[in-house]
Amino acid sequence: MSQLEKSFELARAENRALLIGYLPAGFPTLERSISAIKAMIEGGVDVIEVGLPYSDPVMDGPVIQQASETALTNGFKTGNVFEVVAASPAPTLVMSYWNPIERFGVAAFAHELKKVGGEGVITPDLTIEESESWISSTDKERLHRVYVVAPSTTDNRLTEVSARCSGFIYAASLMGVTGARTDISSAAQSLVERIKKVSKTPVCVGLGVSTGAQAREIAKYADGVIVGSAFIKLILESNSESEANLKVKSLATELAAAVRR
Amino acid sequence: MTTDLIGHFGRFGGRFVPEALIGALDELSLAHQEALNDPTFQVELMELHRTYTGRPSIITEARRFSEYCGGARIFLKREDLNHTGSHKINNVLGQALLTKRMGKKRIIAETGAGQHGVASATAAALLGFECVVYMGEEDTKRQALNVARMKLLGAEVIPVTTGSRTLKDAINEAMRDWVTNVATTHYLLGTVAGPDPFPTMVRDFHRIIGDESRAQMLELIGRLPDAVLACVGGGSNAIGIFYAFLNDQSVRLIGLEAGGTGVETGKHAATIVGGTPGVLHGTRTYVLQDDDGQTRESHSISAGLDYPGVGPEHAYLHEVGRAEYRAITDDEAMEAFSLLSKSEGIIPAIETAHALAGAMKIGKEIGHESALLINLSGRGDKDVQTAAKYFGIPL
Ligand SMILES: Cc1ncc(COP(=O)(O)O)c(C=O)c1O
Repeated sequence: MSQLEKSFELARAENRALLIGYLPAGFPTLERSISAIKAMIEGGVDVIEVGLPYSDPVMDGPVIQQASETALTNGFKTGNVFEVVAASPAPTLVMSYWNPIERFGVAAFAHELKKVGGEGVITPDLTIEESESWISSTDKERLHRVYVVAPSTTDNRLTEVSARCSGFIYAASLMGVTGARTDISSAAQSLVERIKKVSKTPVCVGLGVSTGAQAREIAKYADGVIVGSAFIKLILESNSESEANLKVKSLATELAAAVRR
Repeated sequence: MTTDLIGHFGRFGGRFVPEALIGALDELSLAHQEALNDPTFQVELMELHRTYTGRPSIITEARRFSEYCGGARIFLKREDLNHTGSHKINNVLGQALLTKRMGKKRIIAETGAGQHGVASATAAALLGFECVVYMGEEDTKRQALNVARMKLLGAEVIPVTTGSRTLKDAINEAMRDWVTNVATTHYLLGTVAGPDPFPTMVRDFHRIIGDESRAQMLELIGRLPDAVLACVGGGSNAIGIFYAFLNDQSVRLIGLEAGGTGVETGKHAATIVGGTPGVLHGTRTYVLQDDDGQTRESHSISAGLDYPGVGPEHAYLHEVGRAEYRAITDDEAMEAFSLLSKSEGIIPAIETAHALAGAMKIGKEIGHESALLINLSGRGDKDVQTAAKYFGIPL
C-alpha cells in the first residue's frame, strides 16, 4: 500500500475527508515553497500537491498564474520540483501540465519522481488518448496517476478516465479555472456521485475551495478536499516569510477541523 | 492528409486539453462532420462567400514585381480583397454557421494582428451573436486601428496582460473563458492550431483558397505553378492554399515563417525552422521552448505571425518533406512590402510580405521560366502605422 493509500485509510478510520494542499514549487522561492509546505502540514494538511510552474497554465486563474510566473522569473527549473518533493514530510504528488514532463522525458520524469519518494502525478491537460507512454512509465515506477474530470464529463468518459486513475480521481468542482469562489456549486456533488457509480477509487474535489465552510460541505460526500489558490493568496498578501507561514498554517488548521465529519 | 479518429497528423496533433473541454470538442467535431456532408450547409456557406465575402477571389499577375523575383512569373491569390481584408473571413463564416447549428449565441476569439478579431466581430454582427475578443495588450497597441474596428462592430475587446501580452497569451485567456462558459460559448479559433478538431476544421474552411487557385492557374497558364508560397503564423492561409496541391508532386509548397531579427539571434517566430516538437495550446507540434518546455517568447514585426506554435499539419508536412519552411527576417519582409506597394499598387499585410520576400528568393533560385503562386493573405491598411514608423514617414 502506498503512503497516499495509507493516508486515505487513516482519514477514513478517523471519519473525515483527506485534506490536500497545493503550492507551486519555487514560489516565491525554492526555500520558501518548502517552508510553506511544512507550515501546511503543521496546520493539518495530510497530502501535498506540488505544482510544476508552467508558462501557459490554461487551467489556472490569476492567483496561480501569478505564482507560476513568479517562480519562473525567480529561476525555477523542472529539476527543482524533485527537491521540493524530497523535502516534503507528507505524502506528495506533483501537478504538472504535460509539456514540461514530455520535455524532461516521460520515463525519466517518472523515474526521478519515484527516486525522491513522490507518490504520483496529477496531469490536468493530458487526455487518456495521449497517455500511452505515461501509463507505461507510471506503471513501471508504481506511481499514482491522477486525471482531472469535470461536471461536463459524460458517464461513458468518466468510466474510461476513472479506469486509468489510481490513488484518487480529481473532480473539478465547477466548469472553470482554479481560484477562490464564494460558492461551491451543486455540480460537484452530483459529479462525485456519478464517479462513485463507476469507480471504487477515492474521489477528491478541488477548484474554488477556500474556506472551512466549503471544505465541510465537500467532506460530507467526497473522500478528499483540495485547496490551492487560497494558500497562495495568503502568501502573496504577506510581507514576510514568517507572516506568510503563520497565515498558511492557520488556514490549514481551519480546513483540517472542517473536514471532520 | 487524413487524420486518424483523434486528430493526428503522423505523430503531431491530437488533444491535450482539460477533460472539461472534451464534450465541447466532440460536439464541434460532430457538427463539422455533419456540416461537411450536409448540402444545405455547404450551399449556405457558398452563398455567403459569394454575396458577402466576395468569392471567388481573383488572381493578379504581378508583372512588375516579377523583376525582383528573378523574372519568375508571379501570381497573387487576392485574399486581401475579401470582406474585412484577409483570408480569415473564410474560416470565421464557416465556424459562425457551425455555431448557429450548435445553438450557441456567444463567440469568443483570440487575435494577434486583429484580422481574425475583426472577421469574428463581423460575423457576430451578421449573425447576431455576442462577441468577445481576447488580444494581448502589446498587440492592442501595435494594431490600434483594428481594436477600434472591432469595437465599432459591436465586439468587446479584452486586453490580455499576462505573459508576453501577445497572441499566445490571448489564446490562454480565450481557453480559460471557454472552460468556464463552454455550455453557451463557441471558441472561434483563428488558425489551424489548437486541439482536434480545430486544425482539420479550420483547414477545411480555408481549402477553398487552394481549390479556386488550382483551377484558376490551369485556366490562366494551362499548367500548375512550380511553387506555391504562403506566410505561416499558425498556418491557416498556408494550409488553405497548399491543400489542393498536396498530391501534385511537381508543385513545391513553401511556407515562410517570421524570422524576426534573424533565427540565430533568438528573436523570431520561426517555429518550424527554429523550434522543437512539443505541446502547446492543446496540440503536439513544433514549439519555441526552452530546455524545460517553457514556451519562449516569439518576436516579429508582424503581430499576425508572432506566435511560438504552428499548426500540427505543417509540422507533419515538414517532417515528411512534402512542404518546405524558411524564415524571412523583419527587414526582408519590409523590403518586399515596399517593393510590392511601389511596383504593383498593392499594399500587403506585413504578414503577407513574408511570403512575398520568399518569392523574391525562390524566383531567383528557380529562374524566369518558373511560375509562382503566392497567397496574398491580407491587405496592409492595418499596418500603415507600423510601416510608416519603419520607413521613417512622419504621421
Ligand atoms: C493577413 C494575414 N496573413 C497571415 C496571418 C497569419 O495567420 P495564418 O498563419 O493562420 O494564416 C494573419 C494573422 O493574423 C493575417 O492577418
